[in-house]
Amino acid sequence: MKPESDTYSAVGEVGAVHERRSLWTRTIIDLRKAPYTALFGMIIILAYALVAIFAPILAPYGEAQVFPEPYAPWSSTYIFGTDQIGRDIFSRMIFGARNTVGIAVATTFLAFLIGGILGLAAAINRSWLDQLLSRSVDVLMAIPSLIFALVLLSIFGSTVTNLILIIAVLDSTRVFRLTRAVALNVVVMDYVEAARLRGEGLGWIMRREILPNIMPPLIAEFGLRFCFVFLTIAALSFLGVGIQPPTADWGSMVRDNASLIMFAQYDLKAGLTPLLPAAAIALLTVAINFVVDWFLHKTSGLHDE
Amino acid sequence: MHPVIKTVLGRLAMGIATLFVVSIIIFSSIEYLPGDFAKNILGQAATEETTAAFRRELGLDQPAVLRYGQWVAAVVQGDLGTSFSGRNASGVDRSRQVVDLIAPRLRNTLFLASLAAVVAVPLSLLLGISTALYRNSVYDRSVNMTTLTTISFPEFFVAYILILFLASLYPVFPSLANVDAETPLGERFYRAALPALTLTLVIVAHMMRMTRAAIINLLASPYIQMARLSGASPTEVILKHALPNAWAPIATVIAFNLAYLVVGVVVVEVVFVYPGIGQLMVDAVASRDIPVVQGCALIFAMTYIILNLIADIIGILTNPRLLHPK
Repeated sequence: MKPESDTYSAVGEVGAVHERRSLWTRTIIDLRKAPYTALFGMIIILAYALVAIFAPILAPYGEAQVFPEPYAPWSSTYIFGTDQIGRDIFSRMIFGARNTVGIAVATTFLAFLIGGILGLAAAINRSWLDQLLSRSVDVLMAIPSLIFALVLLSIFGSTVTNLILIIAVLDSTRVFRLTRAVALNVVVMDYVEAARLRGEGLGWIMRREILPNIMPPLIAEFGLRFCFVFLTIAALSFLGVGIQPPTADWGSMVRDNASLIMFAQYDLKAGLTPLLPAAAIALLTVAINFVVDWFLHKTSGLHDE
Repeated sequence: MHPVIKTVLGRLAMGIATLFVVSIIIFSSIEYLPGDFAKNILGQAATEETTAAFRRELGLDQPAVLRYGQWVAAVVQGDLGTSFSGRNASGVDRSRQVVDLIAPRLRNTLFLASLAAVVAVPLSLLLGISTALYRNSVYDRSVNMTTLTTISFPEFFVAYILILFLASLYPVFPSLANVDAETPLGERFYRAALPALTLTLVIVAHMMRMTRAAIINLLASPYIQMARLSGASPTEVILKHALPNAWAPIATVIAFNLAYLVVGVVVVEVVFVYPGIGQLMVDAVASRDIPVVQGCALIFAMTYIILNLIADIIGILTNPRLLHPK
């Protein structure tokens, strides 16, 4: 512990009695204690991220490269065969990781930005702003989000930007509710009052006083919200009103190759082809759920039941 | 006034207010269409007169408030307007009433949803209560693991796995659930088996987990501790002490999932080509047939709001603290 200046520091006092571990050692210790399901989840998430980042290097062919042989069987040239117009399914799966997951991540970030800021503002304000926002969110949440998304897409048309904006706004309602609920418990604390009396602005109170204290539930919610957004986008694309061709996307790939499933009796591999992108979606959501489950358990401090 | 009645009335008023705002949102969707949408629908060959006539027919030359009033009045009388499809540049109108498009499909959707609900609700309550009773046992862990996995699956994945095994590899059920008005009831059950099974699997997982969580949450409260210390058996604790207080969250869960069912049918209907309202809505969105989209959205939103309202009221009516005020 390096000597501090002559002002009193709680960190200094606590740090003096027990040796402070670096972030790295703490992470290693946490990971060693993590259950196998969580480790499995983390490895899967990491693998997806790597595939998404290095997609152009990993994929044997281009995203929309068309070959003369539609519905080709699994072979060494086309690992998972080709689709209805002769595009290599394996390459499209790899690019799909980039498109589908990337769009879902962007949407979730935007949803948290909108919902988080408004939720914090509502919790701090607690008067007209809170009433206004809470009632509007009540109304937005009274319509099932998939239906609402369908209505909005029919008006504005299915482009990637519209998709991200629409789903982010619809999902920010849930983020708003959670942020507001957890922030309300923190807003009444004395240190927030102290900051307010000190004359700190809304931005400071949000960022420095409240946000650090409500991080764990928000991080867990981020994981779950991502799953939800990811599944919604996949469902919309599957329905044909989400991500539009020729962009490779797992939802629409399932739809395009669905008819192959009836050939499973004659060629099991062909029958499995439409299930591959669906399985890719499922695997990622399972992995995230495992990690979030562990994270919630770890941060809740509850160790029985 | 009894506090229960007061709370219920308050909740009803909230529900009606929500329905009102939702109807405004759905109505206003036609306001945000791009200016040249009439041309897109009627085709490029449409003359100025036909587009103008079309706009007049939609009432776009009148103020929005007036049109909203007319729209609501028509909807209440069961008139949802006419579809955009079937119109063309020559001005000949072959479009159909939205109500005629929706009515037979709504019946099919309700049939499918209730089929799934009848199986799923008792099953998930049974699973939820029994896993809470034998928590942390092998049974509990395996049910938990399975449901956590099913929740993470997109509906169409579950649907295609079922098709792969039960329709393709071992052709027990048909993969296309095409029913019409003439299909006899027995045949209907047979054809709707796979879509209903898909929906059941998806919502059982949700409902079971939430039922279990609701009961386990209660088990931590002091009055349960008291009951346990006074020598009640675990079954007695759950059925006699925990369950009465758990009805409210469980009712919420059931309504939430039935409402979810209404949305879940959209994807499942498309997978199995089941002629329901969900498929109609998706087709209408793809062709930007706004009146049909509005009609379907209104029905979905109404069902959703009403189910949530019922759940809230059940929650209020079964709340021991509200029923026996001090």
